[in-house]
Amino acid sequence: MTGPQTIFDRPNPEIGRSRVRADAARLTRGRGRYVDDVALPRMVHAAFVRSPYAHARIVALDLAAARQTPGVIAVYQGADIAEHVSPYVGVLTHLKGLRSAPQYPLAMDVARWQGEPVAMVVATTRAIAEDAAETVEVDYDPLPAACDSERALHEDEPVIHEAFGSNLAWERIVDVGDVDAAFAQDDVTVVSRTFRFGRHTGVTLEARTAIGDWDPGDRRLTMRYSGQAPHMMQAILAKHLGLEEAAVRVIAEDVGGSFGIKIHTYGDEIATCVAAKLLERPVKFVADRAESFVSDIHARDHIVTASLGMRKDGTVVGIDMDDLTGIGPFSMYPRTSAIECNQVLNLTGAPYQLEHYRARGRVVFQNKAPMCQYRAVGHPIAMAVADVLLEEAAAMVGVDPVDARRKNLIPDDAYPIKSAAGMALDDLSHHKALGRLVEVMEYDRLREDQAAARESGVYRGIGFVSMVEVTNPSPAFYGIGGAPIAAQDGAVVRLDASGALHVASSITEQGQGTNAILAQIVGGVFGADAGRVRVTTGDTDNVPYGGGTWASRGAGIGGEAALLAAHALKGQVLDVAAILLQSDPDALDIVGGEVVSRETGSPRMGLRDLAQTVYYRGNELPPDTKPELIASRHFRVTDFPFVFTNGAMAAHVEVDVETGLVAILGFWAVEDCGRVINPKLVDEQVRGGVVQGIGGVLYEECLYSEDGQMLNATMADYLVPMAAEMPDIVVEHVETPTKTSVL
Amino acid sequence: MSERIDIALTVNGEPVERRVPVRQNLVDFLRVDLGLTGSHVGCEHGVCGACTVAVNGSSVRACLMLAVQADGAIVTTVEGYSQSVPARALQAAFEQHNALQCGFCTPGMLASALEYIEAGGNGDRQAIREHLSGNYCRCTGYQAIVDAVASVAGGGP
Repeated sequence: MTGPQTIFDRPNPEIGRSRVRADAARLTRGRGRYVDDVALPRMVHAAFVRSPYAHARIVALDLAAARQTPGVIAVYQGADIAEHVSPYVGVLTHLKGLRSAPQYPLAMDVARWQGEPVAMVVATTRAIAEDAAETVEVDYDPLPAACDSERALHEDEPVIHEAFGSNLAWERIVDVGDVDAAFAQDDVTVVSRTFRFGRHTGVTLEARTAIGDWDPGDRRLTMRYSGQAPHMMQAILAKHLGLEEAAVRVIAEDVGGSFGIKIHTYGDEIATCVAAKLLERPVKFVADRAESFVSDIHARDHIVTASLGMRKDGTVVGIDMDDLTGIGPFSMYPRTSAIECNQVLNLTGAPYQLEHYRARGRVVFQNKAPMCQYRAVGHPIAMAVADVLLEEAAAMVGVDPVDARRKNLIPDDAYPIKSAAGMALDDLSHHKALGRLVEVMEYDRLREDQAAARESGVYRGIGFVSMVEVTNPSPAFYGIGGAPIAAQDGAVVRLDASGALHVASSITEQGQGTNAILAQIVGGVFGADAGRVRVTTGDTDNVPYGGGTWASRGAGIGGEAALLAAHALKGQVLDVAAILLQSDPDALDIVGGEVVSRETGSPRMGLRDLAQTVYYRGNELPPDTKPELIASRHFRVTDFPFVFTNGAMAAHVEVDVETGLVAILGFWAVEDCGRVINPKLVDEQVRGGVVQGIGGVLYEECLYSEDGQMLNATMADYLVPMAAEMPDIVVEHVETPTKTSVL
Repeated sequence: MSERIDIALTVNGEPVERRVPVRQNLVDFLRVDLGLTGSHVGCEHGVCGACTVAVNGSSVRACLMLAVQADGAIVTTVEGYSQSVPARALQAAFEQHNALQCGFCTPGMLASALEYIEAGGNGDRQAIREHLSGNYCRCTGYQAIVDAVASVAGGGP
């Protein structure tokens, strides 16, 4: 680890250690509890009929054959479900002008993308439900489809929501300085390029899965779901099914990958809960892979035309860009499908000192699967645009790409500072990260190798990116716009009668190691073995209120809440110990799970003894003491709208100029996520992110026909990165802790 | 489609007799009928490897095999690894190396890795990558998985 000793190094060093996750042993033994592993008494299974057309009027549905299939419990069409659900609209008030149409769980009179659910069959087994779904006859009247985002705004293109008069969902313009004048200067070279970012999708190995379970006695709905934000889901179900929030419980146990896919409102999942309520028995829905491809949110789908101006000495004077994003027929609820474009505008060029920045973003409706937030929302577009243009300009003016970055990256000692787009940046380390990157990749040697290889007809390339990541959002991200999404998270930490620690947190686990770092943070305060700290997450009945895990905010916000709660509990413990030991709380500390003398370190009392005195033998305490061995704390970011982190990465590739195949020879990532709680977990997060990025660049794209049919909706056709093609990835850390929190 | 057939097989060392629909695949049989939910369903078309189990000692995509085809077979799933020394070593190595995040691919990944180890595979990283190339992991980037398998095969970190 780098850096000086911190408060985290004493008395119980836990932060910064590569502890093994307690969850790992359960998962390697096949003891995961994913939603599809849950079988409830009287549970029935749902299957959906989905539109085969990108745009079609639903003239009539014949459900008779499905209803007569033995084993079928119920069959619903759009209106049957809509009767019990208020429609939802994916807009936020702070994204001024954003519009979207009311959405129902199942299509009502018009289907607007291939894959939109139009009918639901519930049966005693999934196989029977699927059989019966195939017998549903839908009379469609196909409508002209608006699929191509570039044509979406043309006058002769079909308008998807007639009332809007056009397919424009949202537009935003940023204009800082005077780009035209800057580009017109004599010594400025301007490079321009159009970037096409294909549609990707998450391909979580565990598909979206939900169980709705209505208890008619309690009049309470329990939804077990494979997702990231239980409290958001609770608020949405309550609002749209007409229930009190307290009458909705949402449980997310093990989640088989999420990446932002599982943080949105999906009609099939809402319909599953409605059916459970109507049938008064548990209903399970598991998306199959084909359904996942056409109903999980897609991502990216940007066409960016951009220019960058550079002086002869390598100084970037400005960026001018136009981003067009196709989002499908609706803005997703409740986060909206405009956030990605918004991020692209906010983040392009953010690592660099820019005087002049002009950007237009347009978000358009189209008859394709909905597009919304997926891992690294907007970042790949923003970073690719700025860094590709920077490299091209540097090549034109004859400046080495590393030197060009050194010339333009915001100096490490210049913070706090605002980016050209107005983002408040602090505690970043671009130069330090780039310096470390160039060192570990042996940049000079690679350049020599590149030149030598080229002479023998071998084409090798070296690419860089210097990036920022926006994380730890304050309420400015969603809350102020009216979404039921908490920006704060909470933790409850308590001591049980055996002296063991329990933490309940509102952040969630999808494999990142959330539970592990919570145990590590709390364990560290007490010197207790992190493996023995019991962690509860993912259950609205049993954890404090909070936002969940997304936007890399889990450790930053939920981890901080756990640290604060653990320190509060420590204070409670020391207060009790001081009474029992006739000492002063300040003269005591907790080391290795025991109360010790702060001065000498000698053991004074075990946590078990202390807890049992409080719980069993309260008579040993003075009557006026009211001991508490449970503490809760919440945390939100207040000083900044967001907290930014940064990194620098490089790829070394070889291109076969005959076939176009790209082999990745090496990849290096130097990241600065702030304080590293568990290096092993951070390393694998970074590597997983890099590989997902490689997938997006080299393998993945949701291909559509002109009339809106997804052409590669199988895993044999939509290629994802597999082990054989991926390189080993070198990960290095620079640690610049944020001033917005203790951790 | 509703036709059923009696099958008898050995699963994780225990004899099992069931009457199954002829169209039911092996992974659904293991998960639904036997409650062995450690084998996962990822794509149901033989690409992702999440349902990989051992049938008569060979790795099989349990979504591409019918339950009736397993009549008379010896099937081992992740729940049956406690008797296998190399399987336990792989499980421990996966934990130590953080070779899993969400864990959904892990039982299938372990099955493929176990086949590699039992066939005498060495610590050559590219050979391990090639052998695991039919098992999709969206979370880890694969490197820690390769580290874990190499550490058991010998020659790894």
